[in-house]
Amino acid sequence: MSGYKNTGYEVVIGLEVHVELNTATKIFCNCSTEFGAAPNTHVCPVCSGMPGVLPVLNKGVLQRAVAVGLATNCTITQKCKFDRKNYFYPDLPKAFQTSQLYLPICRNGYLEIATAEGAKKVRIHEIHMEEDAGKLNHEAQSGSTLIDFNRCGVPLLEIVSEPDMTCADDVLAYLEKLKSTLEYLNVSDCKMQEGSMRADVNLSVRRVGDAELGTRTETKNMNSFKAIARAIEYEIFRQIELLEDGGQVLQETRRWDDERGVGYAMRSKENAHDYRYFPEPDLAPINISDEWLEEIRGTIPELPDQKQARYVADYKLSDYDAAQLTRYRKLAEIFESAVQLGAAPKEAANLLIGDCLRLLNAEGKEAADLTFEPKNLAELLKLVAAGTINKTTAKAVFELIYADNIDPVAYVKENGLEMVSDDGALDAMIDEVIAANPKSVADYQGGKKAALGFLVGQIMKASKGKADAGKVNAKLREKLD
Amino acid sequence: MEIDRKMVEYVAELSKLRLTEPEKELMQQDLSKVLQYMDILNSLPTNEVEPLTHVSGVENVFREDVAQPSFAREKILQNALAAEEGCFKVPQTVE
Amino acid sequence: MIQYETAAALRQACIDGQTTAQAQTEAYLAQIAKYDGVYHCYNTLNEKAAEQAAAVDAKLAAGEIAGPLAGVPVAIKDNLATQEMTTTCSSKILEGFISPYDATVVQKLQAAGAIILGKTNMDEFAMGSTTETSYTGATKNPWNAGHVPGGSSGGSAAAVAAGEAPLALGSDTGGSIRQPCAYCGLTGIKPTYGAVSRYGLLAYGSSLDQIGPMAYTVEDCANLLQVIAGYDEKDSTSTQGLSFDFTNALQNDDLRGKKLGLPKNYLGEGLDPEIEQAVRAACEQLAALGAEIVEFEMPMIEYAVPAYYIIACAEASSNLSRYDGIKYGYHPESFADLEDLYLTARSQGFGPEVKRRIMLGTFALSSGYYDAYYQKALKVRALIKQKFDKAFAEYDAIVSPVAPTTAPKLNESLSDPLAMYLSDIYTVSVNLVGIPAVSLPCGFSAAGLPIGMQLLGRNFAEEGLVNLAQAYQMHTDWHAKRPVLKEAE
Repeated sequence: MSGYKNTGYEVVIGLEVHVELNTATKIFCNCSTEFGAAPNTHVCPVCSGMPGVLPVLNKGVLQRAVAVGLATNCTITQKCKFDRKNYFYPDLPKAFQTSQLYLPICRNGYLEIATAEGAKKVRIHEIHMEEDAGKLNHEAQSGSTLIDFNRCGVPLLEIVSEPDMTCADDVLAYLEKLKSTLEYLNVSDCKMQEGSMRADVNLSVRRVGDAELGTRTETKNMNSFKAIARAIEYEIFRQIELLEDGGQVLQETRRWDDERGVGYAMRSKENAHDYRYFPEPDLAPINISDEWLEEIRGTIPELPDQKQARYVADYKLSDYDAAQLTRYRKLAEIFESAVQLGAAPKEAANLLIGDCLRLLNAEGKEAADLTFEPKNLAELLKLVAAGTINKTTAKAVFELIYADNIDPVAYVKENGLEMVSDDGALDAMIDEVIAANPKSVADYQGGKKAALGFLVGQIMKASKGKADAGKVNAKLREKLD
Repeated sequence: MEIDRKMVEYVAELSKLRLTEPEKELMQQDLSKVLQYMDILNSLPTNEVEPLTHVSGVENVFREDVAQPSFAREKILQNALAAEEGCFKVPQTVE
Repeated sequence: MIQYETAAALRQACIDGQTTAQAQTEAYLAQIAKYDGVYHCYNTLNEKAAEQAAAVDAKLAAGEIAGPLAGVPVAIKDNLATQEMTTTCSSKILEGFISPYDATVVQKLQAAGAIILGKTNMDEFAMGSTTETSYTGATKNPWNAGHVPGGSSGGSAAAVAAGEAPLALGSDTGGSIRQPCAYCGLTGIKPTYGAVSRYGLLAYGSSLDQIGPMAYTVEDCANLLQVIAGYDEKDSTSTQGLSFDFTNALQNDDLRGKKLGLPKNYLGEGLDPEIEQAVRAACEQLAALGAEIVEFEMPMIEYAVPAYYIIACAEASSNLSRYDGIKYGYHPESFADLEDLYLTARSQGFGPEVKRRIMLGTFALSSGYYDAYYQKALKVRALIKQKFDKAFAEYDAIVSPVAPTTAPKLNESLSDPLAMYLSDIYTVSVNLVGIPAVSLPCGFSAAGLPIGMQLLGRNFAEEGLVNLAQAYQMHTDWHAKRPVLKEAE
């Protein structure tokens, strides 16, 4: 057997990713995009679709869209337009979404992802600008649906990939790369939980060797990377089982219920989707000059891939460490600042990757939420380098830096955490432990080398963790051997 | 072209219009007549012609990304069918 | 008597202290009270008009405002958004709708000290050529109450013709200012697309719509246009840096050096001979003032009506989708669910002509027909523009009839939609290519109904067109004729 997990099938996945741009105002009016306001308080006649209103394009939306296109290796459509996508739904007050069909702003790009089989390109078919819809609340006491237009008109980019992914890992790698690229460009918060990044998964399976693509389904409503991975696994096996049982995959839109761990088909509208797209007459066409394009290109910062390569070259970090550090813009910023302030690169990387990411993960937070100053990390690592504190202490102090941005120098001093450097005091401690543990001493001297570890542990404990473990080890051997 | 009853029904559905049988009949006749007349356009060769969507020639009209106060919610809701908790209210939609 | 005075005369009377804004506003309200029962020019009156006029008088006295519209009453079409009055487009679906904002032109009128008298009747959503598709009932032609005033700005035209307003705003998507002006013996301007902000104009065909002035004289039209024209940051399609100055255009009747084209294929078959005669006579008058008149062939007119109706209806089908019974306007009393709410609101709220055009436009955009209809129409539009560009390389303006006939009788037009569409043959090209045009009276039929002609110019040639029309009006008095009104029984 071959194919996906030896099922004899291969999997074809394409993604449509929507990201909300972090502009101050909506795409076609001056209302704020701020998240979490009381219903219908960030609304004006334009974004609530009052009769007679007209849209005016937010320049920041276009600039961000172009930057994303350049960063994802797309061709920019310098002469582009908006189109209307017509359909009735209560969250869409004009009954059309202003979007781009005929001339999307970006086309033919790609992102490179790392896979088990090596680097791979996921092609981007197009990126277009559009407006978000309002929010429907179906949980009203009255049994009605309530409509809030606060999100209506928030600018979105829809990033449509080619069907170049073959498993959930590919999809996660692509999404991670996309997310970090968008974070580096500072164009979106990319928070799946808040809905500022959403992915629809188009997935089909086919027997290994089949030339034609299978019928695909579209799965929506995943609000975390984990949920996406689970939804993909679920959908792959649902389709394979269906085909194995002689059934057929229906082209349909499905939703993912992460709590129950199942996907289900959405009630299909009887109407075929006939959106009657046509050029938006109320918006002037866009014509991006070469000069303007270059100007925007000039604003694009060093991107994750470039940064990763530089970290390997300049700081002698491993590929893995460099990749981990550069995944999140904020993490890379802290790393670079700390190194600039004198921290040893490898040590800084270890703390950030090992401890910092673990702490974030435990709290369900993202690197963007980090608030401590790089200076404190640098000072901490300088204390280690100078032999003032040991690594165990450093880890403990880092947790406090992470949580409260404490000043490590002051903290170590106030709490007397410096390593015991007085040889006399250390010798006394060692002698005390030897005296108190005759059985372990006998074990060690009788050939049970592991007993030494126990004794070192006891001495470290006696020093309240402040002794230099290497030194303790050496002295102990000296005394026992 | 002439359009059939099915097309009338399809277009009415897209337009969210409910037509009675006599209305459908009349609509079919009227639209067929108008569309037949419009077929005169087919006599013009236009392969080489770029469609003219915007006549003013104006390009690149943008707004700076600076927030301004939104409208008072009462103003936005003042004409609503029904409102509740500061929202427009409609019969429950099933997803 | 104030009625039938031009806006310019009213303004002068105010300056001379013979009357006040309040007094003249009250005189118009009295005229409306007396005659609107017969002609039905207005959907809604501004209850605060007299009060606002008094406030303008105070500002005038304090020297805070000046300008040609200060204290002058104006009627506005009921598709312009106003916070103080309902805005209904003469449609049931906008019953009771109070806009949360004012249209830009409304703000400009108020800033200029004009007094808005009320909202005038129109064809429902400006879809019609007679004002008979109005949900509030037909407007009657002040020259003969058995005839239509034209449309869709028929209420605005009839209001001025009946002395119920000295000035009015209309909107022109395919002739809706020019044709009612022709039917009611008035002057009107369809400005260049982008000259006047459309913000707050309830859209019919977004790429075609323009707001423009309607009055007795081109001088009044020019003064009103000057106030409402200009860039608006709320309308991306409005023209930046535009400002008209008609001062010179209004003082000069020397047309020497002007070359005017008269499309001979617009004349003859299909055109009422009385109208052809009047237009030719007008050309002679213009020639007498020094203009050179050249007859030429203006191709492609037969393609304008189909291209226009496809584009206008396609845009309308999208523009009118927001009327769903949820957010504003007509709300059905009962409905089973959301789908039923949509269907009931729209089926009960829109009239037959609006439904027809929504259906036509939806069809033209629907999957499988987009290229053959909508896209094709846009290409034909491009070809028509080429022909006009070519003509304007040759001529300073084109002289043309406005409509093939004088005002039809009531109840004659709606039964045959295609025939009604075809009657727009002389007007729709102007909107397809975005150019300006002035419609002005040039005679009367034997039956006593007004005849109009139009002058077409290249983009932003408004000053030149106003100059031609002004020269003509300085030497003719068709624009000074007033109808004998019929009092309510």
